[in-house]
Amino acid sequence: MADKIATREAYGKALLEFGAKNENIVVFDADLAEATKTCLFKKEFPERFFDCGIAENNMMSVAAGISTTGKIPFVSTFAMFAAGRSFEQIRNSIGYPHLNVKICATHAGISVGEDGATHQCNEDLALMRTIPGMVVMNPSDGVEARAAVEAAINYEGPVYIRFGRLALPIFNEEGYKLEIGKAVKLKDGKDVTIVASGMMVSEALEAREILAGEGISASVINVHTIKPLDKEAIVNDAKITGAVVVSEEHNIIGGLGSAVAEAIAEAYPVPVVRHGVNDVYGKSGPAKELIEYYGLNANGIVKKAKEAIALKK
Amino acid sequence: MEKERILELQKIATDIRLGALRAVYNAKSGHPGGALSSADILACLYFSELNIDVNNPKWEDRDRFVLSKGHSCPGLYATLAEKGFFDKSELDSFRHTGALLQGHPDMKAISGVDMSTGSLGQGFSCACGMALGAKISGKSYRTYALVGDGESQEGQVWEAIMFAAHYKLDNLCLIIDSNGLQIDGCVKDVMNVMPYEPKLEAFGWNVITIDGNNIEEILAALEAARAVKGKPTAIIAKTTKGKGVSFMENQASWHGKAPNEEQYNIAVSELTEYKNQLGGNK
Repeated sequence: MADKIATREAYGKALLEFGAKNENIVVFDADLAEATKTCLFKKEFPERFFDCGIAENNMMSVAAGISTTGKIPFVSTFAMFAAGRSFEQIRNSIGYPHLNVKICATHAGISVGEDGATHQCNEDLALMRTIPGMVVMNPSDGVEARAAVEAAINYEGPVYIRFGRLALPIFNEEGYKLEIGKAVKLKDGKDVTIVASGMMVSEALEAREILAGEGISASVINVHTIKPLDKEAIVNDAKITGAVVVSEEHNIIGGLGSAVAEAIAEAYPVPVVRHGVNDVYGKSGPAKELIEYYGLNANGIVKKAKEAIALKK
Repeated sequence: MEKERILELQKIATDIRLGALRAVYNAKSGHPGGALSSADILACLYFSELNIDVNNPKWEDRDRFVLSKGHSCPGLYATLAEKGFFDKSELDSFRHTGALLQGHPDMKAISGVDMSTGSLGQGFSCACGMALGAKISGKSYRTYALVGDGESQEGQVWEAIMFAAHYKLDNLCLIIDSNGLQIDGCVKDVMNVMPYEPKLEAFGWNVITIDGNNIEEILAALEAARAVKGKPTAIIAKTTKGKGVSFMENQASWHGKAPNEEQYNIAVSELTEYKNQLGGNK
Protein backbone atom coordinates (compact mmCIF):
# COMPACT_ATOMS: atom_id res chain seq x y z
CA MET A 1 0.00 0.00 0.00
CA ALA A 2 1.11 3.53 -0.70
CA ASP A 3 2.54 5.47 2.22
CA LYS A 4 -0.03 8.17 1.76
CA ILE A 5 -3.56 8.10 0.44
CA ALA A 6 -6.50 10.49 0.67
CA THR A 7 -9.45 9.06 2.56
CA ARG A 8 -11.66 9.89 -0.45
CA GLU A 9 -9.46 7.64 -2.56
CA ALA A 10 -9.76 4.85 -0.02
CA TYR A 11 -13.53 5.39 -0.02
CA GLY A 12 -13.72 4.99 -3.78
CA LYS A 13 -11.72 1.77 -3.62
CA ALA A 14 -13.81 0.45 -0.73
CA LEU A 15 -17.02 1.06 -2.69
CA LEU A 16 -15.57 -0.95 -5.52
CA GLU A 17 -14.49 -3.75 -3.21
CA PHE A 18 -17.71 -4.04 -1.22
CA GLY A 19 -19.89 -3.24 -4.23
CA ALA A 20 -18.57 -6.38 -5.88
CA LYS A 21 -19.65 -8.46 -2.88
CA ASN A 22 -23.01 -6.82 -2.20
CA GLU A 23 -25.25 -6.15 -5.16
CA ASN A 24 -27.69 -4.13 -3.05
CA ILE A 25 -25.15 -1.33 -2.90
CA VAL A 26 -26.13 1.53 -5.20
CA VAL A 27 -24.25 4.81 -5.54
CA PHE A 28 -25.50 8.33 -6.13
CA ASP A 29 -23.41 11.35 -6.95
CA ALA A 30 -24.07 14.95 -7.93
CA ASP A 31 -21.69 15.57 -10.82
CA LEU A 32 -18.60 15.09 -8.66
CA ALA A 33 -17.82 11.43 -9.27
CA GLU A 34 -14.26 12.18 -10.37
CA ALA A 35 -13.61 14.16 -7.20
CA THR A 36 -15.47 12.01 -4.68
CA LYS A 37 -13.94 8.90 -6.31
CA THR A 38 -17.30 7.22 -6.82
CA CYS A 39 -16.09 7.16 -10.45
CA LEU A 40 -14.32 3.90 -9.61
CA PHE A 41 -17.65 2.24 -8.77
CA LYS A 42 -19.34 3.96 -11.73
CA LYS A 43 -16.87 2.43 -14.16
CA GLU A 44 -17.25 -1.09 -12.80
CA PHE A 45 -20.97 -1.06 -11.99
CA PRO A 46 -22.63 1.52 -14.27
CA GLU A 47 -26.05 -0.10 -13.80
CA ARG A 48 -25.86 0.66 -10.06
CA PHE A 49 -24.52 4.17 -10.34
CA PHE A 50 -26.84 7.17 -10.71
CA ASP A 51 -25.66 10.66 -11.40
CA CYS A 52 -28.23 13.09 -10.09
CA GLY A 53 -26.69 16.14 -11.69
CA ILE A 54 -26.07 19.19 -9.57
CA ALA A 55 -29.20 18.70 -7.50
CA GLU A 56 -28.14 17.45 -4.08
CA ASN A 57 -31.44 17.87 -2.29
CA ASN A 58 -33.26 15.60 -4.71
CA MET A 59 -30.38 13.14 -4.48
CA MET A 60 -30.70 12.81 -0.69
CA SER A 61 -34.43 12.18 -0.82
CA VAL A 62 -34.12 9.78 -3.78
CA ALA A 63 -31.63 7.82 -1.68
CA ALA A 64 -34.12 7.79 1.18
CA GLY A 65 -36.78 6.41 -1.14
CA ILE A 66 -34.65 3.70 -2.71
CA SER A 67 -33.43 2.55 0.71
CA THR A 68 -37.03 1.55 1.51
CA THR A 69 -36.86 -0.94 -1.37
CA GLY A 70 -33.95 -2.88 0.14
CA LYS A 71 -31.08 -1.13 -1.59
CA ILE A 72 -28.14 0.33 0.34
CA PRO A 73 -27.56 3.74 -1.17
CA PHE A 74 -24.20 5.47 -0.82
CA VAL A 75 -24.63 9.17 -1.53
CA SER A 76 -21.65 11.32 -2.29
CA THR A 77 -20.89 14.94 -2.88
CA PHE A 78 -18.71 17.49 -1.08
CA ALA A 79 -19.33 17.87 2.67
CA MET A 80 -20.50 21.43 2.11
CA PHE A 81 -23.33 20.33 -0.16
CA ALA A 82 -24.22 17.16 1.72
CA ALA A 83 -24.29 18.30 5.34
CA GLY A 84 -24.70 21.96 4.46
CA ARG A 85 -27.07 22.40 1.56
CA SER A 86 -29.01 19.21 2.16
CA PHE A 87 -29.13 19.29 5.95
CA GLU A 88 -32.88 19.32 6.02
CA GLN A 89 -33.30 16.51 3.49
CA ILE A 90 -30.92 14.43 5.58
CA ARG A 91 -32.77 15.36 8.75
CA ASN A 92 -36.31 14.79 7.50
CA SER A 93 -36.11 12.29 4.61
CA ILE A 94 -33.31 10.12 6.04
CA GLY A 95 -32.84 10.79 9.77
CA TYR A 96 -36.43 11.01 10.99
CA PRO A 97 -37.48 7.67 9.43
CA HIS A 98 -34.04 6.23 10.35
CA LEU A 99 -33.43 4.97 6.83
CA ASN A 100 -30.48 2.90 5.72
CA VAL A 101 -28.67 5.62 3.76
CA LYS A 102 -24.90 6.14 3.83
CA ILE A 103 -23.93 9.74 3.25
CA CYS A 104 -20.28 9.79 2.27
CA ALA A 105 -19.09 13.37 2.03
CA THR A 106 -15.70 14.23 0.67
CA HIS A 107 -13.66 17.44 0.58
CA ALA A 108 -14.32 18.27 4.22
CA GLY A 109 -12.31 20.82 6.12
CA ILE A 110 -9.56 23.32 5.37
CA SER A 111 -7.43 20.72 3.56
CA VAL A 112 -9.64 21.13 0.47
CA GLY A 113 -7.06 23.77 -0.35
CA GLU A 114 -7.27 26.12 -3.31
CA ASP A 115 -11.06 26.07 -3.75
CA GLY A 116 -11.26 28.20 -0.63
CA ALA A 117 -13.89 29.11 1.94
CA THR A 118 -17.06 28.28 -0.01
CA HIS A 119 -15.93 24.68 -0.37
CA GLN A 120 -14.16 24.13 2.95
CA CYS A 121 -16.81 22.69 5.22
CA ASN A 122 -15.83 23.06 8.86
CA GLU A 123 -19.37 22.66 10.12
CA ASP A 124 -20.52 19.25 8.88
CA LEU A 125 -19.80 17.26 12.04
CA ALA A 126 -21.70 19.79 14.13
CA LEU A 127 -24.70 19.65 11.80
CA MET A 128 -24.81 15.88 11.46
CA ARG A 129 -24.23 15.31 15.17
CA THR A 130 -27.47 17.08 16.09
CA ILE A 131 -29.62 14.66 14.09
CA PRO A 132 -31.09 11.99 16.38
CA GLY A 133 -29.99 8.48 15.46
CA MET A 134 -27.33 9.57 12.99
CA VAL A 135 -23.97 7.80 13.11
CA VAL A 136 -21.15 10.27 12.37
CA MET A 137 -17.69 9.03 11.44
CA ASN A 138 -14.43 10.75 10.54
CA PRO A 139 -11.74 8.23 9.57
CA SER A 140 -8.10 9.07 10.19
CA ASP A 141 -6.38 7.33 7.28
CA GLY A 142 -7.03 5.21 4.22
CA VAL A 143 -7.20 1.96 6.14
CA GLU A 144 -9.71 3.35 8.58
CA ALA A 145 -11.74 4.88 5.72
CA ARG A 146 -12.17 1.42 4.24
CA ALA A 147 -13.09 0.03 7.65
CA ALA A 148 -15.66 2.81 8.11
CA VAL A 149 -17.33 1.91 4.81
CA GLU A 150 -17.44 -1.75 5.82
CA ALA A 151 -18.90 -0.89 9.23
CA ALA A 152 -21.51 1.36 7.60
CA ILE A 153 -22.64 -1.46 5.29
CA ASN A 154 -23.03 -3.81 8.25
CA TYR A 155 -25.00 -1.24 10.24
CA GLU A 156 -28.73 -0.73 9.60
CA GLY A 157 -29.51 2.99 9.70
CA PRO A 158 -28.30 6.40 8.59
CA VAL A 159 -24.57 7.04 8.60
CA TYR A 160 -22.54 10.13 7.73
CA ILE A 161 -18.87 9.60 6.91
CA ARG A 162 -16.47 12.46 6.31
CA PHE A 163 -13.61 12.03 3.87
CA GLY A 164 -10.80 14.38 2.91
CA ARG A 165 -9.10 15.43 -0.29
CA LEU A 166 -5.53 15.51 1.01
CA ALA A 167 -3.30 12.42 0.98
CA LEU A 168 -2.67 11.32 4.56
CA PRO A 169 -0.05 8.99 6.04
CA ILE A 170 -1.24 5.45 6.75
CA PHE A 171 -0.75 4.36 10.36
CA ASN A 172 -3.49 1.80 10.90
CA GLU A 173 -2.54 -1.73 9.94
CA GLU A 174 -4.08 -3.43 6.97
CA GLY A 175 -7.02 -5.61 7.94
CA TYR A 176 -7.93 -3.18 10.73
CA LYS A 177 -11.63 -3.22 11.59
CA LEU A 178 -13.51 -0.59 13.51
CA GLU A 179 -16.51 -0.86 15.75
CA ILE A 180 -18.95 2.02 15.40
CA GLY A 181 -18.93 4.06 18.60
CA LYS A 182 -15.80 2.44 20.00
CA ALA A 183 -12.79 4.77 20.21
CA VAL A 184 -9.27 3.46 19.73
CA LYS A 185 -6.71 4.26 22.37
CA LEU A 186 -3.46 4.48 20.45
CA LYS A 187 -1.07 5.49 23.22
CA ASP A 188 -1.09 5.66 27.00
CA GLY A 189 -0.05 8.78 28.91
CA LYS A 190 -0.11 10.37 32.36
CA ASP A 191 -0.24 14.17 31.95
CA VAL A 192 -2.70 14.96 29.21
CA THR A 193 -5.18 13.16 26.94
CA ILE A 194 -5.13 14.03 23.25
CA VAL A 195 -8.47 13.19 21.64
CA ALA A 196 -8.37 13.48 17.86
CA SER A 197 -10.19 12.41 14.73
CA GLY A 198 -9.65 12.49 10.99
CA MET A 199 -6.39 13.89 9.72
CA MET A 200 -5.51 15.21 13.20
CA VAL A 201 -4.88 11.71 14.56
CA SER A 202 -1.49 11.29 12.90
CA GLU A 203 -0.65 14.85 13.99
CA ALA A 204 -1.63 13.89 17.53
CA LEU A 205 0.84 10.98 17.45
CA GLU A 206 3.55 13.40 16.34
CA ALA A 207 2.55 15.90 19.02
CA ARG A 208 2.91 13.13 21.60
CA GLU A 209 6.54 12.67 20.55
CA ILE A 210 7.25 16.39 20.79
CA LEU A 211 5.64 16.53 24.24
CA ALA A 212 7.65 13.49 25.36
CA GLY A 213 10.79 15.37 24.41
CA GLU A 214 9.76 18.03 26.90
CA GLY A 215 9.02 15.50 29.62
CA ILE A 216 5.24 15.55 29.14
CA SER A 217 3.42 12.24 28.87
CA ALA A 218 0.37 12.32 26.58
CA SER A 219 -2.16 9.64 25.73
CA VAL A 220 -3.75 9.59 22.27
CA ILE A 221 -7.30 8.47 21.54
CA ASN A 222 -8.56 8.13 17.97
CA VAL A 223 -12.26 8.93 17.91
CA HIS A 224 -13.34 7.71 14.49
CA THR A 225 -16.99 7.87 15.55
CA ILE A 226 -18.10 11.31 16.70
CA LYS A 227 -21.58 9.95 17.30
CA PRO A 228 -22.29 7.80 19.20
CA LEU A 229 -19.33 9.10 21.19
CA ASP A 230 -17.30 6.65 23.24
CA LYS A 231 -17.66 8.68 26.43
CA GLU A 232 -16.37 5.89 28.58
CA ALA A 233 -12.99 5.65 26.84
CA ILE A 234 -12.52 9.42 26.98
CA VAL A 235 -13.63 9.88 30.58
CA ASN A 236 -11.58 6.92 31.79
CA ASP A 237 -8.45 8.38 30.26
CA ALA A 238 -9.24 11.85 31.61
CA LYS A 239 -9.36 10.27 35.06
CA ILE A 240 -5.74 9.26 34.58
CA THR A 241 -4.37 12.46 33.02
CA GLY A 242 -6.63 15.15 34.47
CA ALA A 243 -6.55 17.29 31.32
CA VAL A 244 -7.85 16.91 27.76
CA VAL A 245 -7.07 18.52 24.43
CA VAL A 246 -9.36 17.77 21.49
CA SER A 247 -8.09 18.20 17.96
CA GLU A 248 -10.09 18.19 14.74
CA GLU A 249 -10.12 19.77 11.29
CA HIS A 250 -13.45 21.42 12.02
CA ASN A 251 -14.83 24.51 13.65
CA ILE A 252 -14.12 24.35 17.38
CA ILE A 253 -17.86 24.94 17.79
CA GLY A 254 -20.13 21.93 17.57
CA GLY A 255 -17.84 19.13 16.45
CA LEU A 256 -15.71 16.61 18.32
CA GLY A 257 -14.35 19.32 20.64
CA SER A 258 -17.84 20.21 21.77
CA ALA A 259 -18.87 16.57 22.04
CA VAL A 260 -15.90 15.76 24.27
CA ALA A 261 -16.35 18.92 26.36
CA GLU A 262 -20.00 17.96 26.94
CA ALA A 263 -19.08 14.43 27.95
CA ILE A 264 -16.28 15.52 30.29
CA ALA A 265 -18.36 18.31 31.86
CA GLU A 266 -21.15 15.88 32.66
CA ALA A 267 -19.10 12.94 33.86
CA TYR A 268 -15.72 14.05 35.20
CA PRO A 269 -14.99 17.79 34.96
CA VAL A 270 -11.34 18.44 34.14
CA PRO A 271 -9.88 21.09 31.80
CA VAL A 272 -10.78 20.59 28.13
CA VAL A 273 -9.11 22.71 25.47
CA ARG A 274 -10.38 22.60 21.89
CA HIS A 275 -8.03 22.67 18.94
CA GLY A 276 -9.42 23.21 15.46
CA VAL A 277 -10.60 25.94 13.14
CA ASN A 278 -11.15 28.88 15.42
CA ASP A 279 -14.67 29.89 14.32
CA VAL A 280 -13.50 31.47 11.08
CA TYR A 281 -13.92 30.71 7.37
CA GLY A 282 -11.18 29.09 5.34
CA LYS A 283 -9.06 30.57 2.58
CA SER A 284 -7.56 29.58 -0.75
CA GLY A 285 -4.10 28.11 -0.82
CA PRO A 286 -2.23 24.83 -1.06
CA ALA A 287 -3.56 22.48 1.63
CA LYS A 288 -0.23 22.10 3.36
CA GLU A 289 0.21 25.86 3.65
CA LEU A 290 -3.32 26.26 4.98
CA ILE A 291 -2.70 23.58 7.59
CA GLU A 292 0.26 25.64 8.81
CA TYR A 293 -1.72 28.88 8.56
CA TYR A 294 -4.51 27.54 10.76
CA GLY A 295 -2.15 25.68 13.05
CA LEU A 296 -3.83 22.35 12.31
CA ASN A 297 -0.68 20.36 13.00
CA ALA A 298 1.34 18.70 15.74
CA ASN A 299 2.78 22.02 16.96
CA GLY A 300 -0.74 23.41 17.29
CA ILE A 301 -1.75 20.41 19.38
CA VAL A 302 1.36 20.73 21.57
CA LYS A 303 0.51 24.36 22.34
CA LYS A 304 -3.09 23.50 23.25
CA ALA A 305 -2.00 20.47 25.29
CA LYS A 306 0.19 22.71 27.42
CA GLU A 307 -2.75 25.09 27.89
CA ALA A 308 -4.86 22.19 29.12
CA ILE A 309 -2.18 21.08 31.55
CA ALA A 310 -1.77 24.67 32.85
CA LEU A 311 -5.48 24.74 33.67
CA LYS A 312 -5.19 21.83 36.07
CA LYS A 313 -5.86 22.89 39.64
CA MET B 1 -71.31 -2.17 -13.12
CA GLU B 2 -69.00 0.74 -13.91
CA LYS B 3 -71.64 3.12 -12.55
CA GLU B 4 -71.87 1.14 -9.34
CA ARG B 5 -68.11 1.23 -8.95
CA ILE B 6 -68.05 4.99 -9.38
CA LEU B 7 -70.89 5.42 -6.92
CA GLU B 8 -69.08 3.25 -4.42
CA LEU B 9 -65.90 5.30 -4.77
CA GLN B 10 -67.88 8.52 -4.36
CA LYS B 11 -69.25 7.15 -1.12
CA ILE B 12 -65.79 6.15 0.06
CA ALA B 13 -64.47 9.62 -0.83
CA THR B 14 -67.24 11.10 1.27
CA ASP B 15 -66.33 8.84 4.17
CA ILE B 16 -62.71 9.95 3.77
CA ARG B 17 -63.86 13.58 3.98
CA LEU B 18 -65.88 12.80 7.10
CA GLY B 19 -62.93 10.98 8.65
CA ALA B 20 -60.51 13.80 7.82
CA LEU B 21 -62.82 16.37 9.40
CA ARG B 22 -63.33 14.14 12.43
CA ALA B 23 -59.56 14.07 12.91
CA VAL B 24 -59.06 17.81 12.45
CA TYR B 25 -62.03 18.68 14.64
CA ASN B 26 -60.81 16.52 17.50
CA ALA B 27 -57.25 17.77 17.12
CA LYS B 28 -58.46 21.38 17.10
CA SER B 29 -55.81 21.90 14.43
CA GLY B 30 -54.63 20.42 11.14
CA HIS B 31 -55.23 20.91 7.45
CA PRO B 32 -58.76 20.26 6.19
CA GLY B 33 -58.64 22.16 2.86
CA GLY B 34 -56.17 19.97 1.00
CA ALA B 35 -57.48 16.80 2.63
CA LEU B 36 -60.91 17.53 1.21
CA SER B 37 -59.62 18.49 -2.23
CA SER B 38 -57.66 15.23 -2.55
CA ALA B 39 -60.24 12.80 -1.08
CA ASP B 40 -61.49 11.57 -4.47
CA ILE B 41 -57.94 10.88 -5.61
CA LEU B 42 -57.21 8.93 -2.42
CA ALA B 43 -60.42 6.93 -2.77
CA CYS B 44 -59.50 5.95 -6.34
CA LEU B 45 -55.93 5.08 -5.41
CA TYR B 46 -56.62 3.01 -2.30
CA PHE B 47 -59.89 1.41 -3.36
CA SER B 48 -59.19 0.79 -7.03
CA GLU B 49 -55.66 1.42 -8.24
CA LEU B 50 -53.09 0.37 -5.63
CA ASN B 51 -51.99 -3.23 -5.34
CA ILE B 52 -51.54 -3.40 -1.57
CA ASP B 53 -52.24 -5.83 1.25
CA VAL B 54 -53.65 -4.49 4.51
CA ASN B 55 -52.45 -7.61 6.28
CA ASN B 56 -48.92 -7.18 4.96
CA PRO B 57 -48.32 -3.43 4.86
CA LYS B 58 -44.59 -3.80 4.16
CA TRP B 59 -45.07 -6.33 1.35
CA GLU B 60 -42.06 -5.67 -0.86
CA ASP B 61 -43.95 -5.95 -4.17
CA ARG B 62 -46.74 -3.57 -3.17
CA ASP B 63 -47.50 -0.39 -5.02
CA ARG B 64 -46.24 2.66 -3.14
CA PHE B 65 -47.99 5.91 -2.35
CA VAL B 66 -46.18 8.98 -1.05
CA LEU B 67 -48.22 11.89 0.26
CA SER B 68 -45.62 14.50 -0.56
CA LYS B 69 -48.02 17.21 0.60
CA GLY B 70 -47.81 15.62 4.05
CA HIS B 71 -49.98 18.23 5.75
CA SER B 72 -53.01 16.75 3.98
CA CYS B 73 -52.60 13.64 6.12
CA PRO B 74 -56.05 13.80 7.73
CA GLY B 75 -57.25 12.58 4.34
CA LEU B 76 -54.61 9.86 4.15
CA TYR B 77 -55.28 8.73 7.72
CA ALA B 78 -59.02 8.57 7.07
CA THR B 79 -58.28 6.53 3.93
CA LEU B 80 -55.94 4.13 5.71
CA ALA B 81 -58.47 3.70 8.52
CA GLU B 82 -61.23 3.11 5.97
CA LYS B 83 -59.00 0.51 4.34
CA GLY B 84 -58.39 -1.17 7.70
CA PHE B 85 -54.73 -0.38 8.40
CA PHE B 86 -55.72 0.83 11.87
CA ASP B 87 -58.87 1.50 13.85
CA LYS B 88 -60.96 4.53 12.96
CA SER B 89 -60.94 5.59 16.61
CA GLU B 90 -57.30 6.63 16.08
CA LEU B 91 -58.64 9.59 14.10
CA ASP B 92 -59.98 11.04 17.37
CA SER B 93 -56.50 11.42 18.82
CA PHE B 94 -54.83 12.85 15.68
CA ARG B 95 -52.13 15.32 16.77
CA HIS B 96 -52.58 14.48 20.45
CA THR B 97 -49.53 13.91 22.64
CA GLY B 98 -48.51 10.26 22.54
CA ALA B 99 -51.03 9.39 19.83
CA LEU B 100 -50.36 7.25 16.78
CA LEU B 101 -51.38 9.79 14.16
CA GLN B 102 -48.75 12.52 13.99
CA GLY B 103 -49.34 15.97 12.56
CA HIS B 104 -47.47 14.80 9.46
CA PRO B 105 -47.09 11.19 8.27
CA ASP B 106 -44.61 9.01 10.20
CA MET B 107 -43.74 5.84 8.28
CA LYS B 108 -42.06 4.29 11.29
CA ALA B 109 -45.15 4.28 13.44
CA ILE B 110 -48.18 4.34 11.17
CA SER B 111 -49.14 1.20 9.30
CA GLY B 112 -49.73 1.84 5.61
CA VAL B 113 -47.62 5.00 5.40
CA ASP B 114 -44.85 4.45 2.85
CA MET B 115 -42.80 7.58 3.58
CA SER B 116 -42.47 10.16 6.31
CA THR B 117 -43.34 13.49 4.75
CA GLY B 118 -44.29 17.00 5.66
CA SER B 119 -41.33 19.09 4.64
CA LEU B 120 -42.55 20.07 1.20
CA GLY B 121 -40.71 18.95 -1.90
CA GLN B 122 -39.01 15.94 -0.34
CA GLY B 123 -41.64 13.22 -0.59
CA PHE B 124 -41.80 13.34 -4.36
CA SER B 125 -38.03 12.78 -4.59
CA CYS B 126 -38.42 9.82 -2.23
CA ALA B 127 -41.08 8.44 -4.59
CA CYS B 128 -38.57 8.76 -7.45
CA GLY B 129 -36.16 6.66 -5.39
CA MET B 130 -38.82 3.98 -4.86
CA ALA B 131 -39.60 3.91 -8.58
CA LEU B 132 -35.91 3.64 -9.42
CA GLY B 133 -35.61 0.80 -6.91
CA ALA B 134 -38.37 -1.10 -8.70
CA LYS B 135 -36.74 -0.51 -12.09
CA ILE B 136 -33.32 -1.80 -11.14
CA SER B 137 -34.76 -4.74 -9.24
CA GLY B 138 -36.95 -5.72 -12.18
CA LYS B 139 -40.09 -5.39 -10.07
CA SER B 140 -43.43 -4.38 -11.54
CA TYR B 141 -44.89 -2.35 -8.69
CA ARG B 142 -45.79 1.27 -9.34
CA THR B 143 -45.18 4.37 -7.25
CA TYR B 144 -47.60 7.28 -6.88
CA ALA B 145 -46.90 10.67 -5.36
CA LEU B 146 -49.39 13.37 -4.49
CA VAL B 147 -47.85 16.82 -4.65
CA GLY B 148 -49.54 20.08 -3.73
CA ASP B 149 -50.00 23.21 -5.77
CA GLY B 150 -47.99 25.39 -3.43
CA GLU B 151 -45.49 22.57 -2.94
CA SER B 152 -44.67 22.78 -6.65
CA GLN B 153 -42.89 26.05 -5.91
CA GLU B 154 -40.15 24.11 -4.14
CA GLY B 155 -37.07 23.84 -6.36
CA GLN B 156 -36.58 20.25 -5.26
CA VAL B 157 -39.83 19.26 -7.01
CA TRP B 158 -38.32 20.35 -10.31
CA GLU B 159 -35.06 18.57 -9.53
CA ALA B 160 -37.14 15.43 -9.11
CA ILE B 161 -39.14 16.10 -12.28
CA MET B 162 -35.82 16.32 -14.15
CA PHE B 163 -34.57 13.12 -12.46
CA ALA B 164 -37.69 11.04 -13.19
CA ALA B 165 -37.66 11.94 -16.87
CA HIS B 166 -33.91 11.38 -17.18
CA TYR B 167 -34.17 7.87 -15.73
CA LYS B 168 -37.39 7.17 -17.70
CA LEU B 169 -39.38 6.27 -14.61
CA ASP B 170 -42.56 5.18 -16.38
CA ASN B 171 -43.50 3.27 -13.23
CA LEU B 172 -43.92 6.59 -11.45
CA CYS B 173 -47.08 8.68 -11.43
CA LEU B 174 -47.08 12.22 -10.14
CA ILE B 175 -50.46 13.63 -9.20
CA ILE B 176 -50.65 17.35 -8.57
CA ASP B 177 -53.57 18.28 -6.34
CA SER B 178 -54.12 21.57 -8.12
CA ASN B 179 -56.66 23.37 -5.96
CA GLY B 180 -55.15 26.73 -6.84
CA LEU B 181 -54.76 27.89 -3.25
CA GLN B 182 -52.03 28.00 -0.63
CA ILE B 183 -51.71 29.55 2.82
CA ASP B 184 -51.12 33.10 1.67
CA GLY B 185 -53.78 33.06 -1.04
CA CYS B 186 -54.07 32.08 -4.71
CA VAL B 187 -51.06 30.19 -6.05
CA LYS B 188 -51.11 32.53 -9.06
CA ASP B 189 -50.78 35.56 -6.77
CA VAL B 190 -48.32 34.16 -4.23
CA MET B 191 -45.83 32.77 -6.76
CA ASN B 192 -47.16 31.68 -10.07
CA VAL B 193 -45.84 28.22 -10.85
CA MET B 194 -48.57 27.52 -13.41
CA PRO B 195 -49.17 26.35 -16.04
CA TYR B 196 -47.76 22.92 -15.23
CA GLU B 197 -48.47 21.20 -18.53
CA PRO B 198 -45.94 22.90 -20.84
CA LYS B 199 -43.25 22.80 -18.16
CA LEU B 200 -43.69 19.09 -17.49
CA GLU B 201 -43.87 18.31 -21.19
CA ALA B 202 -40.69 20.27 -21.78
CA PHE B 203 -39.02 18.14 -19.11
CA GLY B 204 -40.10 15.04 -21.04
CA TRP B 205 -43.18 13.97 -19.12
CA ASN B 206 -46.50 12.63 -20.31
CA VAL B 207 -49.17 14.96 -18.92
CA ILE B 208 -52.88 14.38 -18.37
CA THR B 209 -55.12 17.13 -17.05
CA ILE B 210 -58.37 16.18 -15.37
CA ASP B 211 -61.08 17.26 -12.98
CA GLY B 212 -59.52 15.86 -9.82
CA ASN B 213 -62.84 15.65 -8.03
CA ASN B 214 -64.37 13.49 -10.74
CA ILE B 215 -63.99 9.79 -9.99
CA GLU B 216 -64.48 8.72 -13.59
CA GLU B 217 -61.76 11.06 -14.84
CA ILE B 218 -59.35 10.04 -12.08
CA LEU B 219 -59.78 6.34 -12.86
CA ALA B 220 -59.32 6.95 -16.57
CA ALA B 221 -56.17 9.01 -16.00
CA LEU B 222 -54.63 6.38 -13.70
CA GLU B 223 -55.34 3.74 -16.31
CA ALA B 224 -53.86 5.86 -19.10
CA ALA B 225 -50.77 6.54 -16.98
CA ARG B 226 -50.16 2.82 -16.58
CA ALA B 227 -50.11 2.36 -20.34
CA VAL B 228 -47.43 4.99 -21.04
CA LYS B 229 -43.94 3.55 -21.40
CA GLY B 230 -40.56 5.27 -21.54
CA LYS B 231 -41.53 8.36 -19.59
CA PRO B 232 -43.24 9.24 -16.33
CA THR B 233 -46.80 10.53 -16.26
CA ALA B 234 -48.12 13.53 -14.39
CA ILE B 235 -51.80 13.91 -13.69
CA ILE B 236 -52.73 17.54 -13.17
CA ALA B 237 -55.81 17.12 -11.01
CA LYS B 238 -57.79 20.34 -10.95
CA THR B 239 -59.55 20.23 -7.62
CA THR B 240 -61.58 22.40 -5.29
CA LYS B 241 -59.95 23.13 -1.98
CA GLY B 242 -62.33 22.26 0.85
CA LYS B 243 -64.44 20.18 -1.57
CA GLY B 244 -67.74 18.96 -0.15
CA VAL B 245 -68.15 21.50 2.63
CA SER B 246 -69.89 24.64 1.38
CA PHE B 247 -68.17 27.18 3.60
CA MET B 248 -64.72 25.66 3.12
CA GLU B 249 -64.77 25.43 -0.66
CA ASN B 250 -62.25 27.67 -2.42
CA GLN B 251 -61.25 29.39 0.82
CA ALA B 252 -57.51 29.62 1.45
CA SER B 253 -58.36 30.36 5.08
CA TRP B 254 -59.38 26.70 5.51
CA HIS B 255 -55.92 25.47 4.53
CA GLY B 256 -54.80 24.93 8.10
CA LYS B 257 -57.47 25.46 10.73
CA ALA B 258 -60.01 23.33 12.50
CA PRO B 259 -63.76 23.90 12.45
CA ASN B 260 -65.51 24.78 15.72
CA GLU B 261 -68.36 22.60 16.95
CA GLU B 262 -71.05 24.42 15.01
CA GLN B 263 -69.01 24.43 11.81
CA TYR B 264 -68.15 20.77 12.26
CA ASN B 265 -71.79 19.83 12.67
CA ILE B 266 -72.75 21.72 9.52
CA ALA B 267 -69.90 20.06 7.60
CA VAL B 268 -70.91 16.60 8.79
CA SER B 269 -74.55 17.15 7.92
CA GLU B 270 -73.67 18.44 4.43
CA LEU B 271 -71.43 15.48 3.70
CA THR B 272 -73.89 13.00 5.21
CA GLU B 273 -76.68 14.44 3.14
CA TYR B 274 -74.56 14.12 0.01
CA LYS B 275 -73.77 10.54 0.87
CA ASN B 276 -77.43 9.78 1.39
CA GLN B 277 -78.17 11.23 -2.02
CA LEU B 278 -75.63 8.81 -3.43
CA GLY B 279 -77.62 6.03 -1.80
CA GLY B 280 -75.39 5.54 1.20
CA ASN B 281 -76.93 3.46 3.92
CA LYS B 282 -74.32 3.55 6.65
